[in-house]
Amino acid sequence: MSAPAASNGTTPAATAKPNPAGAIANWADERLGIATSAKKQIRKVFPDHWSFMLGEIALWSFVILLLTGVFLSLWFNPSMGEVVYNGSYDQLRGIHMSEAYASTLHISFDVRAGLLMRQMHHWAAMLFIAAMLVHMMRVFLTGAFRKPRELNWIIGGVLLLLGILEGFAGYSLPDDLLSGTGLRIADGLVKATPVLGSYMSFFMFGGEFPGDQIIPRLYTAHVLLIPGLILALIAAHMLLLVYHKHTQWPGPGRTEQNVVGYPMMPVYAAKAGGFFFIVFGVVALMGGLMTINPVWRFGPYNPAEVTAGSQPDWYMGIAEGLLRIMPGWETHIWGITLSWNVFLPGQVAPMVLLGIVLGYPFIEQWVTGDKREHHLLERPRNAPTRTAFLAAMISVYGLLWAAGGNDILATQFHLDLNTITYFMRGAIFIVPPLVFIIAKRWCISLQRHDNDMLLHGYESGVIMRDADGGYSEKHLPLSEEHAYRLTARNRDQVYTGVSGADANGVEAPNARVDQLRARLSKAWFASNVQKPTKEELEEGHHHAELEHEHEVPLEGHAADGHQFDGRHDVVGDDLTHKH
Amino acid sequence: MSDDNHELEHVAAAEPIADPGLPEHLPRPTDVDPVMEKRAERQVATLFGLSSVFAILTCVAYFSLNIGGHPTVFLGMGASTVALGGCLGLALLAIGIGAIQWSRKLMSDHEIVEYRHPAASPQEDRDEAIAALEVGIAESGIGRRPLVRNSLLGAMATLGLPAIVFLRDLGPLPGNKLAHTVWARGMQVVQDVDGAKIKPEDMEIGQLVNAEPEIFFATNSEGQPVIEGTALLQAKAKAAVILVRMHPDDIKALPDRRNWGIDGILCYSKICTHVGCPISLWEQQTHHLLCPCHQSTFDLADNGKVIFGPAGRHLPQLPITLDADGYIVAQSDFTEPVGPSYWERDRSNLT
Ligand code: HEM
Ligand code: FES
Repeated sequence: MSAPAASNGTTPAATAKPNPAGAIANWADERLGIATSAKKQIRKVFPDHWSFMLGEIALWSFVILLLTGVFLSLWFNPSMGEVVYNGSYDQLRGIHMSEAYASTLHISFDVRAGLLMRQMHHWAAMLFIAAMLVHMMRVFLTGAFRKPRELNWIIGGVLLLLGILEGFAGYSLPDDLLSGTGLRIADGLVKATPVLGSYMSFFMFGGEFPGDQIIPRLYTAHVLLIPGLILALIAAHMLLLVYHKHTQWPGPGRTEQNVVGYPMMPVYAAKAGGFFFIVFGVVALMGGLMTINPVWRFGPYNPAEVTAGSQPDWYMGIAEGLLRIMPGWETHIWGITLSWNVFLPGQVAPMVLLGIVLGYPFIEQWVTGDKREHHLLERPRNAPTRTAFLAAMISVYGLLWAAGGNDILATQFHLDLNTITYFMRGAIFIVPPLVFIIAKRWCISLQRHDNDMLLHGYESGVIMRDADGGYSEKHLPLSEEHAYRLTARNRDQVYTGVSGADANGVEAPNARVDQLRARLSKAWFASNVQKPTKEELEEGHHHAELEHEHEVPLEGHAADGHQFDGRHDVVGDDLTHKH
Repeated sequence: MSDDNHELEHVAAAEPIADPGLPEHLPRPTDVDPVMEKRAERQVATLFGLSSVFAILTCVAYFSLNIGGHPTVFLGMGASTVALGGCLGLALLAIGIGAIQWSRKLMSDHEIVEYRHPAASPQEDRDEAIAALEVGIAESGIGRRPLVRNSLLGAMATLGLPAIVFLRDLGPLPGNKLAHTVWARGMQVVQDVDGAKIKPEDMEIGQLVNAEPEIFFATNSEGQPVIEGTALLQAKAKAAVILVRMHPDDIKALPDRRNWGIDGILCYSKICTHVGCPISLWEQQTHHLLCPCHQSTFDLADNGKVIFGPAGRHLPQLPITLDADGYIVAQSDFTEPVGPSYWERDRSNLT
């Protein structure tokens, strides 16, 4: 910003009229006082890494959803009133259907760009939820949810939940055979609620399923209530992001105390703004070239019909999988019915999952006893337990997702449906612990590998023959920058408990809990590899030099190894041994 | 601050490698070579120009291509959709790629450093805030006047009541509605497509017919349907049935169901007892009926018993018989509620 307006707020600013933009800025600042905050934000620093784009994809897809959604709402008619279709689509002409379905057909076939917007809206919805999920995994794997960012993690988790609900509401609006079937399943889930189930169902549908209320009600939720909440939460998410400043990867000059990157104006704004157009462009191409939810093929909703192989949108896959592999347990006692087969997978499991996701930062903090602020990201391998936990969760997700398509698997691969289901029932308990163990060992061996590189250098690919005729691979030292990057991490500190039993053998009031915590903390960090100390590193380098001296000095033939790793050219190299 | 502020034992070990500091900034080709710079500038401008071209082509496509009628000529879509999406997508992509190219090649690429501050406010600010709050509380007198405080809390809580009560008209109470369907003694079981009546001889062994109560097709004296619109959908959601004909020897009917069928023809609810999908996949050989939603499988030769999947209860059976003209009719309504379970289901009043 240029010089402030020469005004104390009572006399008009008397700047020489510079240019129209300056005049507008001046006008605005005299009323809003924006320069004070703008002076800091305009050159605000944003660190760069490809994985920081994932959240941006989610943000931009939401903007696309708002734009395309408003377009659709100009023609969509959220009514369950019955009409006879007489639009352009031959196959359905003369058929009774709801106005919602008829207007969706109208948008698809009689409004130019209508089908494009419908498909863009649906693709953007898929992308929105997928991007949030992957973004969340990135935040998890790099430890970006740690103090002081726990609240932003919770906001993100709620956003994901709202996105899924919003997607389900939208999917239900066209009132075609598939979406009606989805609503019917929702009705069954609601009815399984203890005590209140049938009342909740009647209140939701305005009477018996399907009634004539659910589409208008979902419409209000879909275009007003949930987008409003999402918008407010995104605003809070962004404000906190600005307040905390973005995390960054450790590296030379990048510490817990600073943030290094490009300024908001111009580089970040150009990149982020450009990226919006790229996401928008990709969604437009998808909407124009790839069919999604061709509702005209399913026909209007009819409670007596269903299509085989009916599938919900992908993000509902795990709920679907849980419902499918659950055994048919139901209790009938004292005249009441408890449908565990529906209640557990349909209501309890999602709540438990949400609880784990939202509570995770606090669980980890409690176990590790780590209450420090963290602004440097952690490489996934350096938090083996956390990384392995996510790997196990991904395996649960994948299994449930596959279980949600068990009929498709059966028909595509000619397998027996029942066998797949029995397999999934077992796998859901056996596979995740295995994945956990493998992922954890994998992380630890990667940590070892890092230490090897630090201590002995990297493998050059050059095989050396020593005086005794033995062979070894030549190792070359890492660049200082690379070595620093590898060591720029904290040493793990196992929480050992505050007290234990005191001298008189009297246990502190919550000694039990404390012991459990210490034990968990130990298991958490068990077998993690710590970075070498200064002494170890020096000894390692010393050792490497000794080895070097044992090499047979091959007359004019020894290579420094760099000829083969692409660091410099062999042409014109005299191939003498350099020490 | 926090009460369990255990300072962790610090494992003292000197950092193995000292921070070498930010690497030196290396100029890009476009920073030093005016030719490269000029070329990058032209690239960016070309991309922006292309964007305008595609935006105009989008408008041309909008006016020149027909929609409707032929929704599947290209990639399963109308030409209009494909052209609009393609041109619009390229117009947007060109702006995006251009802007990013501009930022990468031409804008300054000097990284800058900003310092962080702890998220918490400084201690003196906290003290001041708490002091201010305490003054505020003291001046309000909320601590000294419990009567005022408690009655206010009471009033706020009571205001929650209208908020909940106002939702009462969201829907009627369920009453006994879930326990009944439109089936009744003597109602004909008809084809769901055209309402044709069905005689036992119309069905071969192994055949399955999707059926509905005849009332769905009935009209009153003025030619108006007896049930239509929402009421029809609600009735259908419970009353849809399937008729199957099996070899009478294969059927293992429960003792009280021996006269519920006609020569191996049985009638079952089509509504899954899991969460209510209409069931449709019939395996003749095994007499199994499979629900397409979550694959619950019911054995129709064995009273609709669940033999696989997440459903918790057998499929309800509709007792049928023949009327005077030899058509298949219901003996009564279902003898239990159809569809998904609910809490008070076993206490439903079925009479
Ligand atoms: C997080 C945001 C949103 C998500 C995930 C989402 C998702 C969806 C989905 C999956 C559909 C079904 C589309 C189809 O295949 O027909 C849909 C329909 C619809 N959405 Fe959204 N939507 C979002 C935001 C909005 C907003 C903000 C509006 C309006 C202001 C809107 C208006 C509509 C309308 C009118 C329909 C029905 C159109 C039709 O079926 O043809 N949506 N939405
Ligand atoms: S509704 Fe039939 S198995 Fe779920």
